[in-house]
Amino acid sequence: MFLINCPYCGERDQQEFKAGGEAHIERPKQPTELSDDEWAEYLFMRKNIKGVQFERWNHAHGCRKWFNMVRDTSNDEIKAIYKMGEKPPAQ
Amino acid sequence: MTKNLRVKSSEYIDETNRISFKFNGRTYHGFKGDTLASALLANNVHLVGRSFKYHRPRGIMTSGSEEPNAIVQVNPGINRTEPNVRATEVEIYEGLEASSQNCWPSVEFDIGGINNFLSPFFPAGFYYKTFMWPASFWEKYEFFIRHSAGLGKSPTSSDPDIYDHRNIHCDVLVVGAGISGILAAKNAAKNNFKTLLVDEKNELGGSTIFENNEFNKIDNKTPSEWLKKEIKELKNIKNLEIKTRTSVAAYHQYNYLLARENLTDHLEAKDKTNKIRQRLLKIRAKKVILATGALERPLIFNNNDRPGIMLSSAIKKYCEFYGVACGSKNVFFTNNDSAYESALSLYNKGINVEAIIDIREQSESKIVKKVKEAGIKVYWSHTIVDTAGYKRLNNISIMKLSNDGTSVTGSKISISCDCLGVAGGWTPAVHLYTQSGSKLKFDEEKQIFLPNQNTSEQISVGSCGGDFKIDEIIKNLNQKLKDNLNIKETDLDNIKVEIDQENSKRNIWLLPSDKPLGKTKPFVDYQNDATAKDIKLALREGFRSIEHVKRYTTTGMGTDQGKLGNMHALGIIADTAGVKMGELGTTTFRPPYTPLTFGTIVGRNVGKFFDIFRRTPMNDWHIDNKAEFENVGQWKRAWYYPINGETMHQAVQRESKAARESAGILDASTLGKIDIQGSDASEFLNRVYTNAWSKLAIGKCRYGLMLNEDGMVYDDGVTTRLGENHYIMTTTTGGASNVLGKLEDYLQTEWPELDVYLTSVTDHYATASLCGPNSKKILKKIIPNLDLSDESFPHMSFKEAKIGNIQCRIMRISFTGEHSYEINVQASYGKDLWEKCMEAGKEFNITPYGTETMHLLRAEKGFIIVGQDTDGTMTPIDLQMDWIVSKKKYDFIGKRSLYRSDTMREDRKQLVGLLTEDPNVILEEGAQIVSELNQSPVEMLGHVTSSYFSPNLNKSIALAVVRGGKEMMGKKLFVPMENKNINVTVANPVFYDEKNERLNA
Ligand SMILES: [Zn+2]
Repeated sequence: MFLINCPYCGERDQQEFKAGGEAHIERPKQPTELSDDEWAEYLFMRKNIKGVQFERWNHAHGCRKWFNMVRDTSNDEIKAIYKMGEKPPAQ
Repeated sequence: MTKNLRVKSSEYIDETNRISFKFNGRTYHGFKGDTLASALLANNVHLVGRSFKYHRPRGIMTSGSEEPNAIVQVNPGINRTEPNVRATEVEIYEGLEASSQNCWPSVEFDIGGINNFLSPFFPAGFYYKTFMWPASFWEKYEFFIRHSAGLGKSPTSSDPDIYDHRNIHCDVLVVGAGISGILAAKNAAKNNFKTLLVDEKNELGGSTIFENNEFNKIDNKTPSEWLKKEIKELKNIKNLEIKTRTSVAAYHQYNYLLARENLTDHLEAKDKTNKIRQRLLKIRAKKVILATGALERPLIFNNNDRPGIMLSSAIKKYCEFYGVACGSKNVFFTNNDSAYESALSLYNKGINVEAIIDIREQSESKIVKKVKEAGIKVYWSHTIVDTAGYKRLNNISIMKLSNDGTSVTGSKISISCDCLGVAGGWTPAVHLYTQSGSKLKFDEEKQIFLPNQNTSEQISVGSCGGDFKIDEIIKNLNQKLKDNLNIKETDLDNIKVEIDQENSKRNIWLLPSDKPLGKTKPFVDYQNDATAKDIKLALREGFRSIEHVKRYTTTGMGTDQGKLGNMHALGIIADTAGVKMGELGTTTFRPPYTPLTFGTIVGRNVGKFFDIFRRTPMNDWHIDNKAEFENVGQWKRAWYYPINGETMHQAVQRESKAARESAGILDASTLGKIDIQGSDASEFLNRVYTNAWSKLAIGKCRYGLMLNEDGMVYDDGVTTRLGENHYIMTTTTGGASNVLGKLEDYLQTEWPELDVYLTSVTDHYATASLCGPNSKKILKKIIPNLDLSDESFPHMSFKEAKIGNIQCRIMRISFTGEHSYEINVQASYGKDLWEKCMEAGKEFNITPYGTETMHLLRAEKGFIIVGQDTDGTMTPIDLQMDWIVSKKKYDFIGKRSLYRSDTMREDRKQLVGLLTEDPNVILEEGAQIVSELNQSPVEMLGHVTSSYFSPNLNKSIALAVVRGGKEMMGKKLFVPMENKNINVTVANPVFYDEKNERLNA
């Protein structure tokens, strides 16, 4: 059970949060311009890395804000947390 | 006659408090302070159970939670009964009953014991190899296995006890209250860390509390005396909470630990009532100090499992702590000095020690000399090659070990004895440490796994960190505390320690016998009857991974998780395969460290607290009027309202007819409601719904369909424009929270530039849906001054009004096809609103209807229910709802996916109506649909999604999804059922009032 430092609320237990998959996948601005393959790439393809992964999390049972997390999936170490729209930290 | 083996009053045993208890039906006596194990041993009872596979007689082996043999059923036959309890952990109380497990008909005479004599036929993997073939025989095998193998009995009636959960946040959690744990907790608390100290036993002090070795001194006192003084001082320390009888079961990431606090298990039945039995502590600690100690290892030799063979340290504890002599003719078998301490403990209390068998060549420590001076015979470089005594040990045979330790030489010496203490060295209890995700390394010199890489804020101190001697323990503890807690001084800086140095070591994982291995039984895992030869067989058969060997031989798979024998299993594998132990890796220790009761895990979440449920403000009315309820998400919704003993079918038919013929009323409070405000609210709706919203006038309502980005229907509902920048959206009952989450996600992460604010107001409004041709008259009676004309208040529009002083929002919208109003009031007025409608509707025979009738009425109109007629694979086009998909809008969620090659296929499953040839036959929801009956394999075209008997049409109707269904209008298909084939025709899904004339009736 992680201890997650919500950038708006502070440290809270993992059960207050919802994981939201891979981060930094931007919804295409002009979907109609994309081929089926390009759209499928956005829609379906997500990484599942053993190691450092960039993820979206939501403080669902708290402030309900979305934020980003850098997590090492091999040992669940949370390396960084930053707000939506902020640049990911250099790794 | 049982012999009383009490040796001397111990300060932990209250001899003035005599307690009677029953074991296997027979009454015994012990004293307050005894465990079931110590009390049985005091009564000379060693035989307490049978092993799992061979049903060999087994005795008490240890004095703690690592016990593999003495597994008992506590209080058999009553609702408080508990199986798989270790006798070494049960504190006795007046009236306690316990019985052996895994034996039938009795522990003394056990039918399964015949397996022991058949054991050549029961090698490792026997169950896998034999019972799997031929497959048809499994039932017979299963009967045999289930009958003879017993893992205890679960209670047959409900648990009378109360359980609880508690969250604890602390700066420092110390696990284990032996010498290291006590000193760590004391120094942490003194330095202003909020500290929690827990120990599984009821007394603090671990094994040091009875450590009276005269050669070990702390500040010139024996370790026992010195530690007692330290424990006294704990009482006066602030910031320190101590919990005894509290066992840490799991150590998760980020220093989150689960512990079980035992509160009433040691009390008599009358004192257990109405008290919390066990409490699950959910501990989040900034720092964790593991002081979990070490477990003594047995030695692996032929027939090392007879009752009377125990760990040397356990014999010492029973003697010093409980005042019990485990035998009258004692022998020790060792590879280190600790057996000499045990021997001396017995000797000092006048208990006979016959001999010590030591596999080492010699040892020169003071304690060894002292033992020799006491006249106890020591056999150096010897090993036990066999033991005798079926239900109790009565003899051992020893021989001289060869120099390389792989064989024996010389002649056999026979020693008569009734108790044998084995001392194979110490294994640090690193179970919790590894659960936390931290890694171990193997120390080749000490032959143990030690903590290596910590992944969280934690340290391991004392023997679980590899320090066994008091001087090392204190020195290393002091340094670790200073480093980890960042403190400058501790109590430990000026302690003077003298110790007796052990100077000789020898470790042999599997001791030889004069017989070949195949003819011996050297047990590695006592509980699962896995022997050294099983492990070697597994290796011969090609198993290499330790995890595979473990499962094949069942080593370490019992309720004790192989706490005693896992190291030997690894050692034997390493020796046999010719690799270093460090290269093998260790098996994973999984939570819980000791078993948890289900009661502790669920805590208070039983009965009506098992799951959260929500009730509407009108709920009491529904109950008073005998509604049946159904669960919709977390909601308890009125399902139907039977009167005069109606069946569900009868009630629903009556309600459905009344709603169309005169007036019906539905509690629609559970629909999700999201308040949407902001200058970009219209644009936001344009992006989340498939249809256009910009031109919706204030005061108008519109139905919207929401898709997932993959183009599949996600939710639907009516949204009303309350003002220029203000909308109220309704969602399905079950989808409300997910829809809000999805909208917030897009708003925060994809479109942060939009000025939109979302607020869930589901719980803030109560909604009564008034429907039917007389609904207008009823509403008029309630709000006489409101203009209800079609011109002023047309279908799909909204008005604010007042019922008396109560503000309400009224939407003229319909989910039934009838002229309808949805009246929303502040939730607390919900029941009042409902009662007003019922009162006003009396003359029109207003009929309350539930969800089932609502479903039927909308099905007559062909309206979908998201989640019933859709399943996450249906596009709006599949639903024949092309009309709601805007062609003009550049983008909305899911739009691009509607033009993928797959979603544009003509032969996708599409929503259609189905009519049965016999109008009285009602299809089953979920039934498959085919076009050919004599096809093999038969091609499934789709399935029935909704099906009812329509009282308004006087025939059965159904909605279904059928491959290419759009083009099949009028086509005959079949619904094959178990006993018959039902002929059906594809039809328009709108069965009733296709022209929507009733909306304005
Ligand atoms: Zn937050």
